[in-house]
Amino acid sequence: MSFNWRWDFTFEILPRLLWATLNTLMAAGVGYAIAVVLGLVLALAQRTGFRPLTQLAREFVEFIRSTPLVLQIFFVFYVGPQFGIRLSPWVSGMVAIGLHYSAYLSEVYRGGLESVPKGQWEACTALNMTSRQTYFRVIIPQALPPSLAGMGNYLVGILKDTPMLSVIGVAELMHTANAIGSESYRFLEPYTLVGIIFLAISLPTAGLIRLFEIWVRRKLGMR
Amino acid sequence: MEDMSEYPLELSGDNVPMVRFMNVTKSYGELVVLDKLDLDIAAGEMVTVIGPSGSGKTTVLRMLMTLETINGGVICVDGQPLTHMPKGGVLVPADARHLRKIRASIGMCFQHFNLFPHMTALQNCMEGPVQVLGLSKQAARERSEELLDLVGMIDKKDQHPSRLSGGQQQRVAIARALAMRPKVMLFDEVTSALDPEVIGEVTNVIRKLVSEHNLTMLMVTHQMGFARDISDRICFFFGGRIEEQGPPDELFANPQRDRTRQFLSAVKEAV
Repeated sequence: MSFNWRWDFTFEILPRLLWATLNTLMAAGVGYAIAVVLGLVLALAQRTGFRPLTQLAREFVEFIRSTPLVLQIFFVFYVGPQFGIRLSPWVSGMVAIGLHYSAYLSEVYRGGLESVPKGQWEACTALNMTSRQTYFRVIIPQALPPSLAGMGNYLVGILKDTPMLSVIGVAELMHTANAIGSESYRFLEPYTLVGIIFLAISLPTAGLIRLFEIWVRRKLGMR
Repeated sequence: MEDMSEYPLELSGDNVPMVRFMNVTKSYGELVVLDKLDLDIAAGEMVTVIGPSGSGKTTVLRMLMTLETINGGVICVDGQPLTHMPKGGVLVPADARHLRKIRASIGMCFQHFNLFPHMTALQNCMEGPVQVLGLSKQAARERSEELLDLVGMIDKKDQHPSRLSGGQQQRVAIARALAMRPKVMLFDEVTSALDPEVIGEVTNVIRKLVSEHNLTMLMVTHQMGFARDISDRICFFFGGRIEEQGPPDELFANPQRDRTRQFLSAVKEAV
């Protein structure tokens, strides 16, 4: 076995991998946007006094968290059509990954919401606010800063899970690296590049999240 | 289930009290916190509730603010039932809409202030008037600044609560409650979490309210001297019931019941 890195090959495949990176970022971004919104819905649903809704949201979260992401991706893509839901690999992938992470984010929000002191709810009642006003004006703004670290972890997490979408043929980074490998029988360069690209995205993202958290706290007047 | 037909659908006549507790019971499981409480508070009256911890005094305020549900009886505010609403000629438990309507005449200040930490002092005061009462921002700002001036906090109006001392936070909380123009103000141990040297700045604001505003007030406090100075009536609670009540000078100088005497002398020794 010999270590044989070819720079010319590296530069030849780099543009293709960078294109694929855009797809990865898009899948992660859209999936995350779905997860952020749906996660909040799931977290709030678990706090309503309406038991069937609470139960349903709880079961959904537990189900998602207890089954593998790959299975969920296959399910949306291959089983969906049997129920008349026909989605392209791209859309299936983003929906599946969004649903998956919404369950995790709902738990992050739940923790954040529970960290808001009881007195804040009571102050809202004393000011005669509706529950909608209570949530959106008082509780959620305060639940946000403690949730940001967890939200950031899952943003990096969703990015790292996008390679799973290659199983249904979404042309993201991993899928492209595989394609390059099977065309040229060279795996060292494409996979190494994939690793470097992921690092180059994940590390700054984590740092930016930290800065964003500080900024939000300051913006909300919290130390 | 209690027979609700015994209760009037609303209070009428010449002397309708601002607040009336009728036969109000509160219990947590087996533990009875308040036992068939009857209490009237007249419009403009300042009533202070004193008593040992666990006697149910804070619960009285919390029930009136609808922070606690009651297990029996009816509470009326300004002649209208608060905890119940008339339906088909009898009183039934109030729904959220009815609660919001009647609750609008009540304001409350808490032991731990409960200011919104993500808003400045001014924003805290404007929040209710703008969001709940639907005032314009301009009108809410004028009202809030006036009240912050009243409590001596106008200089700090743009500060967040984390930058304010306990006494300052409590004064902002009083302004915030007043901005909703309540008819009844509830003060729940508002000086208990404060350092001794700043208690005066909060009690002075309450004194000012008593002398200059025609508010009905119900207060729970451990500041006996303060209670004696400003109250029209003192209610001594013991074991979920009013053990004794009367004008402060009578109750403090000449308590009729043993438990009142014991409590007052224990408090005096502690000072």
